Amino acid sequence: MAHFTKATSLHDWLNQRLGIDTVRRVMATEYWIPKNINFLWAMGMILAITFGLLLVSGIFLLMYYQPNVATAFDSVNYTIMQEVGYGWLWRHIHGVAASVVFLIIYIHMFTGIYYGSYKKGREMIWISGMLLFVAFSAEAFSGYMLPWGQMSYWAGMVITNLFSGGSLHANGLVEWIRGDYVPAQAFLSRFFMLHVLLIPLAILGLIGLHFGALRIPHVNNQDGEEIDFEAEAAKYKAGDKANSKVIAFANDFMSKDMMVVGIYLIFFFYLVFYHYDFAMDPVNFDPANGLKTPAHIYPEWYFLWSYEILRPFSTDVGLIAFAFAQVIFFALPFLDRSPNTVPASRRGLFKFWFWAMLIDMIILTAMGKVPPQGLFSTIGFYAALTFIGLWILLPFITKFEKKV
Amino acid sequence: MKELSILVVVTIFTLLTYFLVEPFAHSQMHKHVESEAFVYKDLPALTKKGDVAHGKELVMGAGACINCHGIKVEGIQSPMDPMIAVQAFGVNTPDLSNVGAVFDPNFLAMHIKNPTHALMIEHRFDESKGQMHPMPPFYGSGGDLDQEVADMIAYLQSIAPKAEELTPKMAFETACGRCHTINYPYTKDGKAHPAWTQIGEKPTFKKKQDALAFETKVLDYQDKLKKYMGALPPDLSMYIRSRGEHYIKTFIENPQNYLKGTAMPRVGVNAECAEKIIEHLKDVGDSKRHMREEIGKNIMIYIIIFAIFAILWKKEVWRELH
Repeated sequence: MAHFTKATSLHDWLNQRLGIDTVRRVMATEYWIPKNINFLWAMGMILAITFGLLLVSGIFLLMYYQPNVATAFDSVNYTIMQEVGYGWLWRHIHGVAASVVFLIIYIHMFTGIYYGSYKKGREMIWISGMLLFVAFSAEAFSGYMLPWGQMSYWAGMVITNLFSGGSLHANGLVEWIRGDYVPAQAFLSRFFMLHVLLIPLAILGLIGLHFGALRIPHVNNQDGEEIDFEAEAAKYKAGDKANSKVIAFANDFMSKDMMVVGIYLIFFFYLVFYHYDFAMDPVNFDPANGLKTPAHIYPEWYFLWSYEILRPFSTDVGLIAFAFAQVIFFALPFLDRSPNTVPASRRGLFKFWFWAMLIDMIILTAMGKVPPQGLFSTIGFYAALTFIGLWILLPFITKFEKKV
Repeated sequence: MKELSILVVVTIFTLLTYFLVEPFAHSQMHKHVESEAFVYKDLPALTKKGDVAHGKELVMGAGACINCHGIKVEGIQSPMDPMIAVQAFGVNTPDLSNVGAVFDPNFLAMHIKNPTHALMIEHRFDESKGQMHPMPPFYGSGGDLDQEVADMIAYLQSIAPKAEELTPKMAFETACGRCHTINYPYTKDGKAHPAWTQIGEKPTFKKKQDALAFETKVLDYQDKLKKYMGALPPDLSMYIRSRGEHYIKTFIENPQNYLKGTAMPRVGVNAECAEKIIEHLKDVGDSKRHMREEIGKNIMIYIIIFAIFAILWKKEVWRELH
């Protein structure tokens, strides 16, 4: 048993029992971050804040939402939007944040790809991040079911149908997932459970893993410079902060994060109050109707690129291409054979690979929404082939990359 | 300035993606219809000046309007209650008290002379096949037809409420309320309004039997209406969010624009009344819009102040790091 002395203050009392000084040192004042970073390094904090907004607004919505096919639509559009004080505000924050969080995730991912932050000991950061991406995708999809509008119903129908595996005709699996032949009460109840309990639990756990994975390899910097963290930390602690290459997580890094967060929140709340429509599809303000298929069924914007990889091919080939697109980002640290952990701009052919991938995914995103006809269909088809081709090329072009 | 150029690149790609998936994709998915500002160019303009007194004589007498229509402001009750009217015609006959204020005069004139043409539902009523529209055309009472019609319209306008007295709710009920429901009650200016059914506002009942009896009446009405229209016209509670202002306006102006062959008639409202219908749909489906604007402004001010403090804090902390 530890030795306790009479506490001299509340701080001392807590410190003896919880070691708060140690926690503070390890988590904040002596958690070293490179100084040579730009605002893209604040995306993690922005994601944490946005996730916080989703969690808090979600808790308020949860108090009034009714997961019942007969009342779900009205509980959202009438009870929450019109009767509950500020219910409309929580819903708009929740809806906009659910969309914006993916914008930030994509910026965060492409930042990682550009600066090579998935290499040399940082593989687990990338993989845990990709697991978070999958968990957020499942969270977004399950949440989209809850208002039980036309798009909820038909997106639920289309996405669960994918599990029939094309020519495998695994209809039993689809029925098992739905709990019924079509999306109905059992379907809504289980997606409600997934959305408010199981997936958020998984996300919380994965956020812990993602943060933990950063600790040993440290955060990357914008020149891919290898930093001797111990030596630089010693310089910092000796008072030579100006010449040290590292800064403390708090308040140094935190203050820069909060500056970026402040500017981000201006953008975020502008969307919440003046431009929320993009995040809340009009079609979903019609109640679910299993007898009336909407003219256009499309997922939210952040799923469009992978939807477009599914769409231009025949059913079986499309499903295989789709499955490829879902998992291939996980393999990035192993497909990139280059010894360099530097920004893409200094990496020869990889520079072109990076911009080609980014532009190709934007083209896929655009083509995933428009009707799959004529020219759009052709563009989508070649963009999907380009996506697959780029991944096949990656090991080859990086293998022959010169060491910088 | 490296950070600024990174921000520019991120912003450009974000805006490009936004442009492609929102304005561009929607322009490809949905037909764009321009509003004609509710002037109904295809309908001939009234050329004669109407005489109110003669119009009244015609409406009450030779025009035979009150055989089917009530005019509450003149103390004339409808000869049929909605349940009998729907049985006879497939839809309730409108009371004429407000029509002079709600509908465009050229539309009203054509409606009196040739209802199916005014309503743009000639495809549903082919006289040669014995498909008669419930409202018979007025062929005149012996005088100049156009003059008589102008007189009737002058009379209807003289009894109608002034534009400023016509509330959004009245406009909606006269123009849309015999076919469409509004399931969501709403509150405006502190006054609570119950849900709207095709046979009127849904009352509050003390006894469950009475509530069920009313519900049964509504369902019976809707069955008849469904038979007449081919499908039950949708509830409009959330239409301001699901369709938006532009679609609703251009749709009621000419439903055939979007749905060729639809049973939905041209509504024929004047431009002012169309605005009121939109306002009513906003009162119901976007009831917190004023609050949203007000709170939005305050939160934006708060966040901007927060951002300024965050920037100052960063400068303070980083002064000794550079």
